[in-house]
Amino acid sequence: MEGGFKKRTSKAGVTVVPRPETLAKATWLPALAKGLGVTMRHFFTNIATGKDIATIQYPEEKAPYPHRFRGLHRLMLRDDGSVRCVACMCCPTACPAHCITIVAEETGNPNEKRPAIFEIDELRCVVCGLCVEACPCDAIRMDTGVHAVPTEKRFEAVLGKADLMSSGAPSIATQGGTGDWRDTEKTP
Amino acid sequence: MGIVLLFLIPALAFGGMAVALVGILGNAIPWIAQHSWGTWAADPWFQALIKLALLILLVVMPIASLLTWMERKQSAMMQDRIGPNRAGILGWRGWGIPHFVADAVKMIFKEDFVPAKANRFLFTLAPLMAIIPVFVTFAIVPFGSTACPSQMLHVVTDAQVAACRGAVPLQTARLDVGLIFYFAVASLAVYGTTLAGWASYNKWSLLGGLRASSQMMSYEVTMGLAILGAFLVFGTLEPNAMVLAQGPNPIDWGIVKKPLGAILFFTAAMAETKRTPFDLPEGENEVIGYFVEYSGMRFGIFFLAEFIEVVFLSAIMATVFFGGWQVPFLYTDGFHLGTHAWQLPHIVVLILQTTAWGLKVIMFCWFQLLVRWTMPRFRPDQLMNLGWKRLLPVSLANILVTAFVVLAIQAWGAH
Repeated sequence: MEGGFKKRTSKAGVTVVPRPETLAKATWLPALAKGLGVTMRHFFTNIATGKDIATIQYPEEKAPYPHRFRGLHRLMLRDDGSVRCVACMCCPTACPAHCITIVAEETGNPNEKRPAIFEIDELRCVVCGLCVEACPCDAIRMDTGVHAVPTEKRFEAVLGKADLMSSGAPSIATQGGTGDWRDTEKTP
Repeated sequence: MGIVLLFLIPALAFGGMAVALVGILGNAIPWIAQHSWGTWAADPWFQALIKLALLILLVVMPIASLLTWMERKQSAMMQDRIGPNRAGILGWRGWGIPHFVADAVKMIFKEDFVPAKANRFLFTLAPLMAIIPVFVTFAIVPFGSTACPSQMLHVVTDAQVAACRGAVPLQTARLDVGLIFYFAVASLAVYGTTLAGWASYNKWSLLGGLRASSQMMSYEVTMGLAILGAFLVFGTLEPNAMVLAQGPNPIDWGIVKKPLGAILFFTAAMAETKRTPFDLPEGENEVIGYFVEYSGMRFGIFFLAEFIEVVFLSAIMATVFFGGWQVPFLYTDGFHLGTHAWQLPHIVVLILQTTAWGLKVIMFCWFQLLVRWTMPRFRPDQLMNLGWKRLLPVSLANILVTAFVVLAIQAWGAH
């Protein structure tokens, strides 16, 4: 097709490509038939097998999330079931949204504190994951895979210590951390 | 398999229902008419009214409202989506079919808004002007051959049907002017769109109305000329006579004799229904159309009128170019293929024929939806160029050639 026509070059250096009005183009019919063929193929394939359909029926089926997807927070537990958090205040310091509130209290151990109140306002949270990065004890994680749950009252979106610990699990991470802690979760 | 059932079941249901009703009414009406208090039952006007009401209630409205669902589902299938599947009646979701009920409920309960400076009378009149002509044109569509209610269970011949007392033609009005009536009434629909644009008191809807009327008038010319070729070939304007002239052999059908005319008519008539690729009067998504000020059921009527036009165009395509209610090789007394014959009772033949008609109509509806979801919209200048500079000369040439061929066959072919 291209070889049949002589390309002309204007003085301005613009190449003029001839696009002649052929009968096929003027009637639109061959192009229409081709297009109808494509849509018809999709129609019959999907009616018969449905294998081209890309839709995911959301509430019933969910797309698999990536391994590092950040969902709601949880507080990890020690082997005796108490909270791992030592109330070091690293996460509220790192939090850009100021959504974490920690009030520390004494434990019997002179080396450690523990949180008396640990609250996360999930409405303010920007899901950046900096709290998890900041935590030296593997005490806070965002690996629940659960989205923030819609609530009717704002205060219902503020998760307390008990809520956060309810999905927690013992962690085998040691102080200072070794290996890939994301996969390391002790099975009780 | 599912798709076959999807087409076959509604058509078969219609065919069975229509013939059963003809059998019952055809026997009941003469009985009522025997009595002095019931002479009105024999009145042809009354019988035509019954037939039109049944045709519209049993076929046109169900198909048109199901088309709203079919359009969404089919476009979804063509675009690798799932489409509507959420609405349910008592938990029955049925591939999203209840969505058309949900649509209707929504349309009825939406606010019925009339712009402050709009002309209320014309504003109300416009949707009616759009929908009434499309209903009326259904009067000429033959959806089956002539039924003889007293001979339903016997094998009958053409001569017996012709001699039958109380025979019921499965067509509302057997008008000799036939398709001329269709053109006359269908062109009234232009008033609906123009009035809608004018009465809304909105510059954009007025422009949309002008675009719509210019488009519909331009394409009406081609539509008439395209079907003129069929007049020449079949020698009649009456749709049922056209179907009879085509006969049960697919070789004699209009699409074989007049393929170009079929394409021209289909194109022009699609432009007449104002659907994509010819939807620039409406332009749902970006060009503002003539019904921009309409909401609620007034808009719903325009919407429904469009789908009824789709059904009607399918019916005319089937009648003029695809043998109407003819089933291939099915004659009045049964199947005849070469020397083989398989006789069938009258009622079975009638059910097969009306089913075939319904099937053809549904197939053409499907094809129109396919075209609508394949083609992009024309620009106004492309539209006018296509209408006046291409379709019109081609349809004129088509008539000329057809006329010469018909003349030649009459002059020399007869010997």
